Amino acid sequence: MSRAFLLLRRRLAGSIFVLLIVIVGTFLLLEAAPGDAVDAYVVSTGGDAGLVEAMRQSWGLDQSAATRLASYLWALLHLDLGQSVAFSRPIRDVILERLPVTLILMGASTALSFGLGSALGIYAGARPGSLRDRFLSTASLALYAVPGFWLALVLVIAFAVDLRWFPISGFETIASGKAGFAHAADIAHHLVLPVTSLGVIYLALYLRMMRAGMAEVWRLDFVRAARARGLSRRRIVLAHVARNALLPLVTMLGLQSAQMLGGSVVIESIFSVPGLGRLAQEAVALRDTPLLLGIILVSAVLVILINLLVDIAYAFLDPRVGASEAGA
Amino acid sequence: MRRLASIPEALVGLGILAILAAMALAASALFPGDPFAIKGAPLLSPFQDWSLPLGTDRLGRDVMAELFHGARTSLAVGLAAAAAAIAVGAVIGTLAGFAGGIVDEALMRLTDAFQTVPSFLLALAFVSVVGPSLTVVVIAIALSAWTGPARVARAEVLSIRERDFVAGARVIGMHPLEIALREVLPNALAPVLALSSVIVASAILIEAALSFLGLGDPNRVTWGSMIAEGRTVLRSAPFLSIVPGIALVLTVLGVYLAGEGVVEGTAVRKSLS
Repeated sequence: MSRAFLLLRRRLAGSIFVLLIVIVGTFLLLEAAPGDAVDAYVVSTGGDAGLVEAMRQSWGLDQSAATRLASYLWALLHLDLGQSVAFSRPIRDVILERLPVTLILMGASTALSFGLGSALGIYAGARPGSLRDRFLSTASLALYAVPGFWLALVLVIAFAVDLRWFPISGFETIASGKAGFAHAADIAHHLVLPVTSLGVIYLALYLRMMRAGMAEVWRLDFVRAARARGLSRRRIVLAHVARNALLPLVTMLGLQSAQMLGGSVVIESIFSVPGLGRLAQEAVALRDTPLLLGIILVSAVLVILINLLVDIAYAFLDPRVGASEAGA
Repeated sequence: MRRLASIPEALVGLGILAILAAMALAASALFPGDPFAIKGAPLLSPFQDWSLPLGTDRLGRDVMAELFHGARTSLAVGLAAAAAAIAVGAVIGTLAGFAGGIVDEALMRLTDAFQTVPSFLLALAFVSVVGPSLTVVVIAIALSAWTGPARVARAEVLSIRERDFVAGARVIGMHPLEIALREVLPNALAPVLALSSVIVASAILIEAALSFLGLGDPNRVTWGSMIAEGRTVLRSAPFLSIVPGIALVLTVLGVYLAGEGVVEGTAVRKSLS
């Protein structure tokens, strides 16, 4: 337990630096954007030069860049991301409202790609070089080349327009009055196509990693020892080979979370799923740069948290991790 | 090269890339003039009229001409972004690994920060702040793609910097910066270049996704914007989104296959020598 704790403490310290760099980066991008919050406000309401000057002063926009960075940091410390011009509401509230939808979408996609991907990878890697291995390897490479947004459109044409099995867009049936299990089933029905479009590329990735890892482990001595002891093939595959090839996949789980968040922008836009990704697209369309940068900050925090969770899981799965630090 | 030819996957990949390069180079010769020009009746299905083999889109533009001109954009963006990302990543990784200490720590935290932000969101923000053009799209993609090469270069430099030729360069009084960039960097480049196929492929996909959301260069035909354009008539003319998508899939597949083949081919050569 102390091993995992030490690891966690070290990672947390590093993460704070990383987060600071991200904050400075978003601040610089915000500075580079043409116009400021007052310009955006005046465009929608109108006002003369005197009003603009007064507003700049009261919002602190006439200060130097360093002072503004300090007050930006101070506001972030109070979890204040500023005001969204497009939605006329605090950015934090808008993001928090959309976050759960994206988390559900990402969670389901991760479960699908990791579960099915590693299972198929074990199936292919159980007999390296066999016909099924070759077929699955080639198929996964082809899937890996498919852009998610195009797959989404093809799935819509096939399963929503032609076959009418699934709804074309949305997160749930609007004002359906469903509750409890029926409500969950309704959401799941809506999410089948988005989750598939988002997850398929990672399914191919996990399949390929699992297969490649198993091909390496097969050559190691302990596998030969297990064979010599007369263990059944099934037991060797599952308990020895697959188990040792699984660890890199867990690392990948954390690394891919950032990519998946990025991918959700296009997928959520296509299926009109009201999550963080669609919010990012709306922020771009409505020219609300502070909102977009707020989304980037929240995504960075999310990615850091997911990677911390993965690190903890890894420390439990692999006793070698952090052992040297605990001993020191 | 002969060894490459013995790997069928590599051959297929290189074949696809060769066709693509030919398409990109021949685009202006085969389809001169503006690919956005109207050539016929709108929404003509493919294989109906042989002067317009792939039909026309919602505004009557020649889909075949758009496809050829789009190949040019995709390849240009993919190669330029990958080249920029590898150059920047190799330099930063080399400096971090060679300098060590606080410089290493600072540069690696910077790398962490760029890896923490989803690359597509970063590209989206950069393009929407600076404004869409081909150069901006290339920079936006390279902005997050340099982290992989930087990590690989750093790891390689850590194993190189204690070698004798580095010590020798120090003894003859070369400036540390010169040693890092002229002596160490070229020797660390091979494993970094092995990443190029993955980077080119993801650059092509990110460009397509940006164009799909309407953030590509508005003055150029891209496959992503063709798919977005076709999406508005998805029910009546699905081929308008499907055709450029297939081109995209084949391109990315070609890049992967060729890249894997080259890595495999050079690995065989290494183990033989």
